[in-house]
Amino acid sequence: MQEIIEGRVWTLGRDVDTDQIISGKYLTIIDPDELKKHVFEIALPEFATEARPGDLLVAGENFGSGSSREHAPQAMRAIGVGAVIADSFARIFFRNAINLGIPAIEARGVREIFSTGDTARIDLPRGRVTNLRSGASVGFPPLPKHLLGLLEAGGLVEKVRHELDERRAAAGAVR
Amino acid sequence: MTPGNGHGLTLGEKILARASGEAVVVPGQIVEGKVDLAMMHEQGAQSVLPFHQMGADRVWDPDRVVIAIDHWVPASTEGAAVLHRTLRKFAAEVNLPHFYDVGRHGICHQILAEDGWVVPGDLAVGTDSHTNMLGAMGAFATGIGPTEMAAVLALGHLWLKVPSSIAIRVKGRFGPGVTAKDLVLRILGEVRTTGAAYRAVEYGGPTIDRLSMPERFTICNMTTEMGAKTGIVPPDATTTEYLARTAKHPAHPMRADPDARYERTVEIDVEGMPPMVACPYSPDNVRPLPEVAREHVRIDQAFLGSCTNARIEDLREGAALMKGQKVAAGVRFLVSPASTKIYEQCLREGIIDTFTEAGAVFTNSSCSACFGGNMGILAPEEACASSSNRNFPGRMGAKAARIYLMSPAAVVASAIRGEVADPRGLA
Repeated sequence: MQEIIEGRVWTLGRDVDTDQIISGKYLTIIDPDELKKHVFEIALPEFATEARPGDLLVAGENFGSGSSREHAPQAMRAIGVGAVIADSFARIFFRNAINLGIPAIEARGVREIFSTGDTARIDLPRGRVTNLRSGASVGFPPLPKHLLGLLEAGGLVEKVRHELDERRAAAGAVR
Repeated sequence: MTPGNGHGLTLGEKILARASGEAVVVPGQIVEGKVDLAMMHEQGAQSVLPFHQMGADRVWDPDRVVIAIDHWVPASTEGAAVLHRTLRKFAAEVNLPHFYDVGRHGICHQILAEDGWVVPGDLAVGTDSHTNMLGAMGAFATGIGPTEMAAVLALGHLWLKVPSSIAIRVKGRFGPGVTAKDLVLRILGEVRTTGAAYRAVEYGGPTIDRLSMPERFTICNMTTEMGAKTGIVPPDATTTEYLARTAKHPAHPMRADPDARYERTVEIDVEGMPPMVACPYSPDNVRPLPEVAREHVRIDQAFLGSCTNARIEDLREGAALMKGQKVAAGVRFLVSPASTKIYEQCLREGIIDTFTEAGAVFTNSSCSACFGGNMGILAPEEACASSSNRNFPGRMGAKAARIYLMSPAAVVASAIRGEVADPRGLA
């Protein structure tokens, strides 16, 4: 996992819930490449066509509230979103993002210092996000070790695969 | 007795301590919790691929897994049919016997409740945000995503950050026409949609103690809208009686220590409280219903359904108000029971007749209009009076459609009047 993440910023408001990220009518879509065409259709319609891999999202309070749908971070991963930074996250979205290997950074005050088109630099170990255009920055508590470990492993799938492999190896050694 | 941290544990902390095999847990600590019950609905179809990618070949305990499809039942699109087929094939492949397929289906949370799948002291997880509803059993119940569910299926445990707890103490008696739904809307008006973010909400006080299980389900269900990780009602004789014939595994009833530490305590007195309504576009945009009724807000649709309020008690109450009345001209009224069992009860009790004679559409059990992906979709600028739990932009279809959240009685009153209405005006 990169310790420093830089990218072009898209900003969103507060309380962007999962219905605004991926509408309920698309929930039967499983293919992430199909899903990504509809991401932010309600909150930020131009994002799906204009976003580039490595772009960053900066949102206000309570980002990703509402349903448990993983379609929301799945679609972001398919687009190649480098990280999501928000004043605060709703809990299931936060878990889903980390589990899919997308850094979700809670940095109070971040929304205020960014506009769409700015470039952000996130220093994960130091816990600081900086607007490279204006020089403004805010700090954040670095992610707990457990979660950094998940991101480093590349997400939950990789981590569990490793755990199951180890279990099998241990069982084999006993036998 | 006070454990080693100098003060007692909240109910949520106690349940997580048991689940993680620790004597004491403290807020902020990350623990590995052993899961007592895992529930999947259609979103579980997305757990299948990661489950295989993880290299898993068996489920940790098939008797602790329930699959209950509910969003598109029977399948209303090809995509939904594929999700259902994916789950059926997976259940057969890894031997998951507890599959509530079309015909014995219901809303997943209601299935867990009525068949006793979650009992006091459990750590329960489900692929739906309203899994919080099962906290009414005195359990720690919370929603997770499908990749995480794949890990639970493979391992039987998951990481959890121990949340700090908020106590909500309720006193007073409901006046006529005032229900548990009005109470939870009132609480949302105070706590707001982020007020309990990442927290465990613990309900208590004389009003909560008097609530029936269905009423407790309604309240815990909308704890999700407060941003909470879970909402718990301490188990008591009401819980024990509800589960007497159905509990699927042994309960471990717990209560908070008297010296437990809460981040804050919210006191609510329902004495004299009017019915409440959450106006567009947020469940915390709560106002007294009589005030909104005076503004004559026209509706195009009314919806009595969802995991929040479509139990037999809700439908009986609605039918009693509907009897002999008609749905207003220009209003579509959808009634969708929360489970097939409830559907059958409605059939036996004549409730279906009452609604259909009034001009309502009584549907098969499912999530129905609640989530805007199956039926009862709203066109731009249309308004709906709904007993469900969310009114975000685009929730029930068009972004510009408006949803007013209220009690079942108020939904029926609104369907009759053709505008947001106070149910007390009907009596």
